[in-house]
Amino acid sequence: MKLLVTLKRTPQRDARIRIAEGGDSLDLDNIQFEVNPFDELAVEEALRIRETLGEAEVVVVTVGGEESQQQLVSAMAMGADRAVRIDGGGTLDSLQIARALAAVAAREEPDLVLSGKLAVDDECGQVPAMLAGLLGWPQANQASSIELSADGASVTVVCEVDAGLETLRLDLPALVTADLRLNEPRYASLPGIMKAKKKPVEVLAIEELCDPGATRSRVTGFRALQEKPPGAILGSVDELAEVLVEKKLI
Amino acid sequence: MTDTLIVIQAASGELGKSDLSAVGFGLELASAAGGQLDLLLLGPGAEAQAGPAAALGARQVFTMGGAELETYTAEVFAGATAFFLEGRSYRCVGAATNSASREYFPRLAAVLDAPMASDVLEVESVDPDRAVFTRAVFVGNLLATVELEAPRVLVTCRASEFEPPPSSEAAPIEAVDAPGGLAHPGKAFVGIEAATSDRPDLKEADIIVSVGRGTRGPEEGIPLCERLADVLDAALGATRAVVDAGWMANEFQIGQTGKIVAPEVYIAIGLSGSIQHLAGMRNSRTIVAINKDPEAPIFEVADFGLVADLFDAVPELTAALEKRSG
Ligand SMILES: Cc1cc2nc3c(=O)[nH]c(=O)nc-3n(C[C@H](O)[C@H](O)[C@H](O)COP(=O)(O)OP(=O)(O)OC[C@H]3O[C@@H](n4cnc5c(N)ncnc54)[C@H](O)[C@@H]3O)c2cc1C
Ligand SMILES: Nc1ncnc2c1ncn2[C@@H]1O[C@H](COP(=O)(O)O)[C@@H](O)[C@H]1O
Repeated sequence: MKLLVTLKRTPQRDARIRIAEGGDSLDLDNIQFEVNPFDELAVEEALRIRETLGEAEVVVVTVGGEESQQQLVSAMAMGADRAVRIDGGGTLDSLQIARALAAVAAREEPDLVLSGKLAVDDECGQVPAMLAGLLGWPQANQASSIELSADGASVTVVCEVDAGLETLRLDLPALVTADLRLNEPRYASLPGIMKAKKKPVEVLAIEELCDPGATRSRVTGFRALQEKPPGAILGSVDELAEVLVEKKLI
Repeated sequence: MTDTLIVIQAASGELGKSDLSAVGFGLELASAAGGQLDLLLLGPGAEAQAGPAAALGARQVFTMGGAELETYTAEVFAGATAFFLEGRSYRCVGAATNSASREYFPRLAAVLDAPMASDVLEVESVDPDRAVFTRAVFVGNLLATVELEAPRVLVTCRASEFEPPPSSEAAPIEAVDAPGGLAHPGKAFVGIEAATSDRPDLKEADIIVSVGRGTRGPEEGIPLCERLADVLDAALGATRAVVDAGWMANEFQIGQTGKIVAPEVYIAIGLSGSIQHLAGMRNSRTIVAINKDPEAPIFEVADFGLVADLFDAVPELTAALEKRSG
């Protein structure tokens, strides 16, 4: 069985991102980066599936510049077998990234693609469903559990939907996105980190794989949230009850 | 191409508050583009909801039901919408952000080869070849301007940021037949485990009482908060810490990976106010925080704060409000 995990390099989860002077870009100079937290869950899930099966290949793929090599290595330090990096150059939009990933999926022919449900930087939540749509594969979003059938031909996925927990069965090949409660990602071990340095990373230019088409979605500027005036700290429960009633809040 | 189509997932029951807001969003899109709004209701509730939907200012309401649309799946909804759009031209195709549109809209975008903006907060402009929106990025800490350059774009909206439209004259309703073969052969819907609660729905409620780890769970502080919620006829919400601890079900989670809400009043109890939680509630009209730690970040966004032990303050507040409401 082959598992393909898509991952993105994103700023560390609690980083305070500032807008650069001029307002059309971000000041990322002193920001540390990591594997997008939801993609880390996807990597972990792939490793667990490999462990249950005893044998499987876990391939991680990213579309990004040289700097995202580090996040591929992090995933391999967790245990992924090898990595593919697609060098896009410039800014690519979600559909272009999905096209590149679809081309990798066509070459690698994985049984299951695992992705994060959301990238914590752009917060689009678009690429995985676009990828499933391009491939014509069934998809499941926001998974909190994934179980492979005994014959290895399908997965049963529990998805966190607005109304509660939905259970779906997908025949493979399929695409599933990870939500927070899917698992607890492991830390890379020291031997894992040493081994990762020797694992192969294949680098391909996007044009070698597909015609990505034009970039049609762009972020052209940033703004800070509107400052809220500081609130009032009240002295007692009675005061709070009074405020709530008086301001007709309740 | 100046018209807008809003797609509504019509499960059984009435149109929800976020459906109404999505129509309000659609009217904004249509007016920015200089065109008109049509609605497409998909699913088993389409016919029943068409009447009320027709009185919201749209030019025309379309319904599509049938066996294959009985149960929502991303593949069926993307397929049905793509089928409907064949031979019809719309400048913008939109929907409210929810767990369904989060998956079927990007799938549809790929099928249609159209760019998409997710969960927008504002419509800035819609010109013939450029549409500009504002959306939140980096865990809701920044606003980004997004420009889509294409003659047809897909866009989902954060419903809490848009007003339901006033009622208007009834628009014509037309039933459209669903094509066969929408269901993906490789996908089966097994079931759904939905919470049953007598309390208002999180997305519909005017008041939300939200509980954090400080409540120490269902044996200790959570029942106190439930009583407060009952007195206020409020919905209950929770932080991830509470859901992860198994104290409340996942559909109560508010935040980056839960629901995004903006009620009239949000009462945060024993929760610290992590950036991921704030991302889901910071646009609430009035925020009240009860926390024993004066340094808790929730006080930075609270309109009214009370530094107190919740085990004392919540029962006292409940009693005080009960007395006042008499
Ligand atoms: C990728 C990612 C996504 C996430 N998504 C979400 C999300 O969607 N929603 C979410 O909520 N979190 C999310 N989180 C988790 C988030 O970072 C926090 O861990 C979580 O919100 C903390 O929950 P809490 O405020 O209940 O607990 P804590 O941070 O532990 O806060 C408990 C608070 O209770 C107060 N307290 C304790 N005892 C009392 C008392 N007796 N009386 C009064 N006050 C008391 C304490 O002072 C403290 O402020 C996410 C994290 C990551 C990494
Ligand atoms: N540049 C990229 N390379 C690889 N995977 C990506 C990339 N961008 C997004 N993804 C995948 O798509 C998911 C959702 O991203 P987004 O649509 O940007 O919110 C991420 O968690 C990744 O798994």
